[in-house]
Amino acid sequence: MTATTIGAVGPRRGFRGSLTRNRRWALILSYVFLIMFAVFFLAPPYYMIVTSLKTNVEVAHLSSNPWFIADGVTLEHYLDLITKTLFPTFFKNTIIVTLCSVAITMVVSILAAFSLARMRFWGSGVFATGIFLTYLIPESLLFIPLFQIVRSIGLLDSYWSMVLVFPMLTVPFCTWIMIGYFSSIPKELDEAALIDGAGYLQLLWKIFIPVALPGIIAATIFAFTVSWSDFIYPMAFLYSGDQQVLTVGTVTSLIRGDVYEWGMLMAGALLAAAPPLVVYAFLMDYYIAGLTSGATKG
Amino acid sequence: MADVALRNIVKRFDEVEAVRGIDLHIPDKEFVVLVGPSGCGKSTTLRMIAGLEEASDGEIYIDGALVNDVPPKDRDIAMVFQNYALYPHMTVFENMSFGLRLRRAPRAQIRERVEHAARILDIMDLLDRRPKQLSGGQRQRVAMGRAIVRNPKVFLFDEPLSNLDAKLRVQMRTEIKRVHQKVRTTTVYVTHDQVEAMTLADRVVVMNSGRIEQIGTPQELYHTPRTRFVAGFIGSPAMNFVPCRLEHNGSGLAVRLTDTLSFSVPASRSARYQPHAGKALLFGLRPEHITDPRYERSELRPFSVTLDVVEPMGMETVVYFKLDGIEVCGRVEPSSVSAAGQPMRLSADLNQMHLIDPQTDLVL
Repeated sequence: MTATTIGAVGPRRGFRGSLTRNRRWALILSYVFLIMFAVFFLAPPYYMIVTSLKTNVEVAHLSSNPWFIADGVTLEHYLDLITKTLFPTFFKNTIIVTLCSVAITMVVSILAAFSLARMRFWGSGVFATGIFLTYLIPESLLFIPLFQIVRSIGLLDSYWSMVLVFPMLTVPFCTWIMIGYFSSIPKELDEAALIDGAGYLQLLWKIFIPVALPGIIAATIFAFTVSWSDFIYPMAFLYSGDQQVLTVGTVTSLIRGDVYEWGMLMAGALLAAAPPLVVYAFLMDYYIAGLTSGATKG
Repeated sequence: MADVALRNIVKRFDEVEAVRGIDLHIPDKEFVVLVGPSGCGKSTTLRMIAGLEEASDGEIYIDGALVNDVPPKDRDIAMVFQNYALYPHMTVFENMSFGLRLRRAPRAQIRERVEHAARILDIMDLLDRRPKQLSGGQRQRVAMGRAIVRNPKVFLFDEPLSNLDAKLRVQMRTEIKRVHQKVRTTTVYVTHDQVEAMTLADRVVVMNSGRIEQIGTPQELYHTPRTRFVAGFIGSPAMNFVPCRLEHNGSGLAVRLTDTLSFSVPASRSARYQPHAGKALLFGLRPEHITDPRYERSELRPFSVTLDVVEPMGMETVVYFKLDGIEVCGRVEPSSVSAAGQPMRLSADLNQMHLIDPQTDLVL
């Protein structure tokens, strides 16, 4: 006599099969779109790398293949860029301007966000909204009044004027990002720290900044990108070669009339893109680690 | 000496009075529980003691000193929060030592105090972990450890067990009681769970709508509640309330619950209830005093009902039945219960009865 097993159910093959089939199609579609995205966004940098390594003759030759190097690799554009132009000066100026702007932005934004998110005072809501609304004004509308201000304080044609102007663009958005992050931190953490004996600055330095690190990194990345790559204000306020930054200096010194030094332009663009890439690669690890480890409950 | 005194404490949020004139004295080393439903003002009162909320009126004294304008860090109190409030980026050791490090205590003293607290709470092997690597019960122990390390005058607990599962809650309750026995410090504990209040407290303060309903030991609140609210809040399942009429019955009194059900009032209570004869009142009796007629006792009044719902709990069974549409419950031996819909004979221990004036909600 065979025993009857009650309740034993065989594997639901139909269901599992359709799940695998659906997953396979989802993966195929994902890869298709990802490849299209990668091609679309990586094509220009690839083009820049190839052009920067070609000789001037090959670049100028209209029938040459833009995607491959036929006449041999050359580093002359990089060497000429560094030795025969003011590119190193532009690079140095950009680093100074960016570091100073990011430092000012982060100090101001963190303090502003902390006070607006945590310290109840009259008008804090209006301030917070107002800070964000200033960000909505296009920067191109502001450079005429800013020109007057920069000239009146004697900083026209000085890269230090950028150190004053860039935070004006970055502080509102960075403050807004960090208000969101600081607001998401449970108020019990503040209260526990206050009972433990922390003052407000200790609360900010020892609790809020470490816990809100992903938001701070996101804001830093934003401020860095704006300061490093802005074009309109440097173009409007900086004229002398030794005061220029990378964005404007590279273009104005390597495009003379209708003559484009394509090889050096591409080399310059690539070298200018390198620091942001390094910064993103370095900070993204901390950003992701902060997102996954920052359990605000407990 | 670290007593806590609240004198006519009031807290207003705009037009709403969350706390309305609280007067309370907590002697040194006493474990007092503030209990009540959500929104009764218990957490607000606790937060005013901690200095996290400013009192709108009244005075708060800790160890004889007026502390209304003293910031939390200078009140020498430590608090355990419902959500643990552990610093997520610090290890357990760093969490527990944070307060001492801020006060620039010597490293040796910090280590000694943290390890002492960790031994009391049995978390020595967790000191290098971060909060995310801990279970709920472990996090709560760390939160308690952070409070113990400070060696404060007053411990404040704000519903610390609310986020734990039922089994862990029972375990941690025992843990808290054990810790209080070892670390004899004045404690103010807030909870909405009356079982926690009854098991932990030296005295219980029952609050409702911003006011204190009654203060007393767990036994006092259980046996002699002063108001309908306290009578119904303390005890699980809650006390049964049935409208009744107090009638003359020969030389004594009787409570008539339905047309067919009437109980004679025990002689020991006649004098107390005599002035209210003839009135419509509320009859209150706890489920544990409505049981199966196991023993022959004069104060047990037998009566028959038809069971509505039967809830087996293991060591006892809770039975529900209706008296004139009012749901009533009793607790009986599992072996004596028939099924729902069946008749059953029960008995009521009238020595434990309460009569409540529905106009004033006061227990007679």
